[in-house]
Amino acid sequence: MPRTPLEPRFQVDYLSILDAEGSLDTALEPKIAAAELKRLYRAMLLGRRLDERMVRLQRQGRIGTFAPIKGQEASQLGSISTLRPTDWMVPSFRETAAMLWRGWPIEKLLLFFAGYLEGGQPAPDQHDLPICIPVATQLPHAVGLAYAAQYRGDGAVVMAYFGDGATSEGDFHEAVNFAGVWHVPVVLVCQNNQWAISVPLKKQTHSRTIAQKALAYGIPGIQVDGNDILAVYAASLEAVERARAGDGPTLIECVTYRLGVHTTADDPTKYRSNEEVAEWERKDPLTRFGAYLKKKRLLDEGLEKEVDAEISAAVARFESAPAADPLTMFDHVYAELPPDLKVQREALAERLRHGESRPGAPPTPSPPMRGQRTGAR
Amino acid sequence: MARLNMVKALNLALLQEMERDADVLVIGEDVGVDGGVFRVTEDLHRTFGSKRVIDSPLAEAAIIGTSIGMALYGLKPVCEIQFSGFAFQCFHQIENHAARYRTRAQGRFHVPMVIRMPYGGGVRALEHHSESEEQFYAHIPGLKMVVPSGPRNARALLAAAIRDPDPVVFFEHKGLYHAAKEEVPDDSETQPLGRAQVVREGRQLTMIAWGAMLRVAREAAETLESEDGVSCEIVDVLTISPLDRETIVRSVSKTGRAVIVHEAPRTFGPGAEIAASIMDGAFLSLEAPIARVAAHDVPFPGFAREKGNVPDVARVVTAARETLAF
Repeated sequence: MPRTPLEPRFQVDYLSILDAEGSLDTALEPKIAAAELKRLYRAMLLGRRLDERMVRLQRQGRIGTFAPIKGQEASQLGSISTLRPTDWMVPSFRETAAMLWRGWPIEKLLLFFAGYLEGGQPAPDQHDLPICIPVATQLPHAVGLAYAAQYRGDGAVVMAYFGDGATSEGDFHEAVNFAGVWHVPVVLVCQNNQWAISVPLKKQTHSRTIAQKALAYGIPGIQVDGNDILAVYAASLEAVERARAGDGPTLIECVTYRLGVHTTADDPTKYRSNEEVAEWERKDPLTRFGAYLKKKRLLDEGLEKEVDAEISAAVARFESAPAADPLTMFDHVYAELPPDLKVQREALAERLRHGESRPGAPPTPSPPMRGQRTGAR
Repeated sequence: MARLNMVKALNLALLQEMERDADVLVIGEDVGVDGGVFRVTEDLHRTFGSKRVIDSPLAEAAIIGTSIGMALYGLKPVCEIQFSGFAFQCFHQIENHAARYRTRAQGRFHVPMVIRMPYGGGVRALEHHSESEEQFYAHIPGLKMVVPSGPRNARALLAAAIRDPDPVVFFEHKGLYHAAKEEVPDDSETQPLGRAQVVREGRQLTMIAWGAMLRVAREAAETLESEDGVSCEIVDVLTISPLDRETIVRSVSKTGRAVIVHEAPRTFGPGAEIAASIMDGAFLSLEAPIARVAAHDVPFPGFAREKGNVPDVARVVTAARETLAF
């Protein structure tokens, strides 16, 4: 009855393929076709340029509060590009680049951040959940989708996104636990961007890695250089293939950095140093991937202009969208509108037809017989 | 036709709905091999297997959260929360997500799920095993909130809730599980959600109640009839949300007096909304202020003191007499 270490020894790998200068470990280099590499770079650039444009649109009051992705493009695109369209994506609220890859039109994202629910509506054939704002609460949904995919036996894989802060929430732990117990095809992608608004990772968890939290739930976990799109891609592909083969879930921790603000309502100079930001700017995933492609002679000239034109055209379409009709707020509350809501909708329609009553105008009298007694007692 | 208690009636609804539709799943703590702590899911595991009758890990938020995911995929999960007092651990999933996905996704997704919860007191149980919290769910747009009062309507309403395309919170009073048997048809039966029922005709006063309070209202009505010669009408609300105001208002317009009885604490309880509906719809018919008989605004006082808290026949009779004497 001795005290002995348990077997197997639990282990978490760290994967990095491409360094900040664009040189790489060729033994680990994933096989990605040239056209796909170019498509990925374009998507990264589009994500970056749209992000910068959206910050400006917010500052100009043309959209509302928005959570920028700058610095996290490789984490998002390296992972999402390993999915098939029939697989499922479960976003949190900072996945613009991944959403664009999944086919969300730019103007729809702009509408969403301009307060239009229409912007959150996935297309009829799109297997993406809408943006989810309460931290970590989307993760059980991803596990449930994966359970359903397994129940139906249709081979779909689910990929869910969350941040380092989310790993402190109960929903994260419950979701990973259920995923492990049910052995479902879900890939949980943590974008560890070091900061949950003002709270740094070291105040979020005492674990050395986030990836190791997987081991407590009996599933594989891996930490990758999240600014290295090749490493993210390789780890994600492995996880997606494992899930599709019926070999269960994976937790991937992408070590990355939020180069911008938490949201446009945030001022990060209050809680982190410019030196820290500058250090991560040297590890920028976009320049790193660009250097890699340049060596492969796959970098196209004039891409920035092309991408900017695409964004400008989408902004124009967004700004020509019709004004939001308040009456449609009743359209999707229930499958069938209950009588109460019909009354409320009709009252709003009436107000919209005639305008609000002028200040000081007498209120409309109620029908005099309303509620009259209907019988003798 | 068989005489069934509410447990067996609910079990029959689950069995028949699962036979009818392979997308219907049951999930919860101890719902599988054990058949549920109240035996509502008994034998379903044996009949349908562990993929469709899921003994989940002990985590309310993930039971509801994963069920939402299943429902988004097109399945129809029926979740059991072991006691309604534990549902605050999944309240965020219900409010933030189950109730809102249809709106958030603008109709692209919806959440056809049922959340069953035993609720209510008077069963000599501990804290968190005796409360009535229907008001929280009734306040959430996008949800439906149903409370059956007997075996037959429990079975028919549960079947309807499972077929409903929207999320339904389904309260089952623990005190009613074994309280009475009723004739329940063998063939599948549903009853529309959102409709109250007049279960006793009367002329002078309307009692409005649901769940286990219906029996209290019935006994109070009989006492008032035999001792005071008063004719009471009773409305069984059945669906708290969406509320069938029309049936309530029609009854009070006829009788002129209303006593609302509920087990939830009085302040901001469903009685307040029902009273406001009566004021909106039957103001000129009222002969007296609307009375509410409810639990006091105290946390669960322990079952040794429960008698003073949960409305009983005497309190309802007193409230009715005060209303009649106004």
